[in-house]
Amino acid sequence: MPNERRVTIFPRMTTPVLHEPSAIALTVNGEQRAIAPGMTLADLLAGLGLDPRLVVIEHNRSILRDRDAYASLALAEGDVLEIVHFVGGG
Amino acid sequence: MATVLQESLDTPFVIGDREFRSRLMVGTGKYSSNAQMTAAIAASGAEVVTVAVRRVDLDRTSDEGVLHHLDPNRYFLLANTAGCYTSDDAIRYARLARAAGFNEWVKLEVIGDQQTLLPDVVATIDATRVLASEGFKVMAYTNDDLVGALRLQDAGAVCVMPLASPIGSGLGLLNPFAIRAIKHRLSVPVIVDAGVGTASDAALTMEQGVDGILMNTGIAAATDPVRMASAMRLAAEAGRLAYLAGRMPRREVAVPSSPSAGMLGR
Repeated sequence: MPNERRVTIFPRMTTPVLHEPSAIALTVNGEQRAIAPGMTLADLLAGLGLDPRLVVIEHNRSILRDRDAYASLALAEGDVLEIVHFVGGG
Repeated sequence: MATVLQESLDTPFVIGDREFRSRLMVGTGKYSSNAQMTAAIAASGAEVVTVAVRRVDLDRTSDEGVLHHLDPNRYFLLANTAGCYTSDDAIRYARLARAAGFNEWVKLEVIGDQQTLLPDVVATIDATRVLASEGFKVMAYTNDDLVGALRLQDAGAVCVMPLASPIGSGLGLLNPFAIRAIKHRLSVPVIVDAGVGTASDAALTMEQGVDGILMNTGIAAATDPVRMASAMRLAAEAGRLAYLAGRMPRREVAVPSSPSAGMLGR
């Protein structure tokens, strides 16, 4: 199960959330992910090892402009997140 | 390092309300390493440096973002919408880029054909109108077509960026006439973007009188990108100066450079 492998990249999640009935399913950069209930966007970024200052996030097609609000944004079932950054290009 | 012409030799290079130091702008794609990229960009003397917006690789199999390697105090970071095929996509990418918090400038690209990467000019005009109304400074990549360029100017682009030849082709300036026509008719700056393969292409392009030139592959895909970046810097300056100097007329007959009078025995 690819999802089981991916769950392990969330170091803050101590339980195998996929087997928890309360696990929250969301889509991050086009991939299905499962997170523990109550996680905020700031928690998710920390779990992914991402520096909030270096990424831009779209939450359900709405761009989040205030990085300070990440810590109070509780992620919900079915949320769609796009996390982008700058790469080399012409 | 002489990255700009002496003020007395060139006019200020202004786009929108901002003056830029160098008429050569460069991309950050296709380098074999970040070290090579930063060395090449430094050698190019460019101030405006383009970057692309992409999804973060959550599994970290690819390199991290490019911002670690580009000092925003030294370079003017210009986000592009490369890879977008609809105006909606391009608008979405432009908004994401602006949310990153650098500036309100965007190099708008809406591609219309996968094989040639030629622009969808109609979609680009639509996106320009929307983004300009949102306060973006739109630098619009387009074909070497006068009417399309005029429409982009009307739609609110702060500069228009016709191609020399297709993106990444290295074919050089295919239609100097079209580029001159665009430069002659537009009131906003004209920056030639894409297709430059080597230094002579850059010089020839600047000799058409355009305001600037943007390139990526021409430097990054050279065998020695750092050396080529230096060559491009010199060529862009040389072409610009040659344009301002005004070339001599072409004649199909020879005219001696030395006096014909005073020859011995005549």
